[in-house]
Amino acid sequence: MNPVIPILVIVPLAGAFLMMLLGRLIRDLPKYFTSVIMLFLVIASFYSLINIGPGISVYKTGGWEPINKIPIGIYMVLDGYSAIMLCIISTIGFLSAVYSISFIKRYTGENYYYALFFLMVAGMNGVVLSGDLFNIYVFLEISVIASYALVAFGVGKSELEASFKYQVLGSIASFLILFGIGLIYWKTKTLNIADIREVFKNGYDNTYYVFVQLLILSGFGLKAAIMPFHAWLPDAHSSAPSPISAMLSGVFIKAVGIYVIIRLFFNMFVISEEVALLITSLGALSMVLGVFLAVGQWDIKRLLAYSSISQMGYVILSAGAGMILISRGEKPEVAALAITGGLFHLINHAAFKGLLFLNAGAIEYRLGTRNLKEMGGLSEKMPITSATSFIASMSISGIPPFNGFFSKLIIIVACVRARFYLLAILAVIVSIVTLATFLKLQRYAFYNKGSDNESHSVKEVDGPMVFSMITLGILCILLGLLAFPSFRELVLKPAVDILMNADIYIVKIIGM
Amino acid sequence: MITYLMCFILFLTGLYGVITRRNLLKIAISLSIMEVSAFLFFTLIGYVEGGKAPIVSPAEPNQVYVDPLPQAMVLTAIVIGLATTSLLLAIIIRIYGKYGTFDIREIKNLKG
Repeated sequence: MNPVIPILVIVPLAGAFLMMLLGRLIRDLPKYFTSVIMLFLVIASFYSLINIGPGISVYKTGGWEPINKIPIGIYMVLDGYSAIMLCIISTIGFLSAVYSISFIKRYTGENYYYALFFLMVAGMNGVVLSGDLFNIYVFLEISVIASYALVAFGVGKSELEASFKYQVLGSIASFLILFGIGLIYWKTKTLNIADIREVFKNGYDNTYYVFVQLLILSGFGLKAAIMPFHAWLPDAHSSAPSPISAMLSGVFIKAVGIYVIIRLFFNMFVISEEVALLITSLGALSMVLGVFLAVGQWDIKRLLAYSSISQMGYVILSAGAGMILISRGEKPEVAALAITGGLFHLINHAAFKGLLFLNAGAIEYRLGTRNLKEMGGLSEKMPITSATSFIASMSISGIPPFNGFFSKLIIIVACVRARFYLLAILAVIVSIVTLATFLKLQRYAFYNKGSDNESHSVKEVDGPMVFSMITLGILCILLGLLAFPSFRELVLKPAVDILMNADIYIVKIIGM
Repeated sequence: MITYLMCFILFLTGLYGVITRRNLLKIAISLSIMEVSAFLFFTLIGYVEGGKAPIVSPAEPNQVYVDPLPQAMVLTAIVIGLATTSLLLAIIIRIYGKYGTFDIREIKNLKG
């Protein structure tokens, strides 16, 4: 039993309640306290990442030991893949919390903001650590309900509308997931992910199985905003307060959407080629359409939100390419390379998209507008925002030596080696259009001569915001190191091994 | 079998409401109906023919019991559904305050 596992969920949950209780008595407590707790979570999650290595550690909630090797308690599972996600959640969460110290000043009800923030983090940590299907659903709902409230936090017209849309689609997604879990339980009489795999290996009814897979895919696909299910994302992510947009786009859709899809399809279902093809084509679709929708936007946060859909397409596409290869049983090293590229891009996207949303928030904080046409000439007035935004834009477009270049390169190389030439060409084209999108953003926001009449009072944002932006900017450069073999072995390889060999996952969880 | 069919009809009723209704409150009600159909489905899959409520007593060792786990899950899911519905209603009240209408056609600030 690893004591770090429950701590990672309990600490933010307790933080949420403490905020509500103490926040009213002691002013200024919530904002600093949040950053301190998030810093603690950063340390705990990096500790678990380094400690876990290629192993898996299991925490059985309530101490319910398995009987005849049939798990009965709720299992919390920490492995290389969830450790990576934990690090992303806590790092972006910490930086968003620091950023919020000055950003949230102009909203009322700071206590509620930080309490909801903690609930969201607790829910995501719970989803990532869960080894039990229904537990995933419960933690997913905790974080999703907190995010509904956070999207509407500004209580303006568009915030409320976005939150309503998000809630209706989110409820439908939850329904699909719940229904899928019910169908799985009906046939297997178990909820433990490893145990379900064990039961499915002994034969199954194919039609039923595919139906369940489609339900799960569409449910979590709605949460992850894969292309046909994306309608809520641009509204929700552009209406939320900027640190929350950074959390939603940088972490949330990954933790409750992409993470769960990849985990369930690699480690729970036996991959079939049709479903793998479907996932790959959905990924390609969101990659291509997302970027073409992004390039025409004039609202800076909407542009970033659409580009999130496109970048998530890369991750889904490379995971899907890996799945196709695994289901055909050929070229396991190329499949591993594709999954590595996907995970690497997941990490990178958290860094640069988080940074871009924080930049957009800084601009909105000073100018009070999100329209690109009303900006201009900010590179002199806000030098740090401009510099970090430039780093992030170059990263997301895949310009060397920034991190986005390496992950896109790995994905494209994997596609070529797997002979999916069409996917490789699409990935290159999308990368070029992404560059165009972000050059547009750079030009209109920072370099054009703007309307000078009122903007002379614009200056660089406050210290905490600058701190977050600079840290993420440095991360954008440093994360490129993960492409080199020694770092890759250390961080990415354990995760890829767990995903590639579902049997190891099962043996380590059930066989204990 | 007929109970499963009725459960499915309940789901379709909810889905029809979500898709066709224009009133925010009616959409919220339809979503609840949809959720309830999922809960009902869960209770149904735990049912064992001739089973009793799962309170094990040593007096009747051969008694058949229904599966208690889906019931526990439904209780959790109902609580979650309550939270979702109350938040949705709170948002609807705020929307009414801003727009002065429940009609979804009038609420179109966000486009593109």
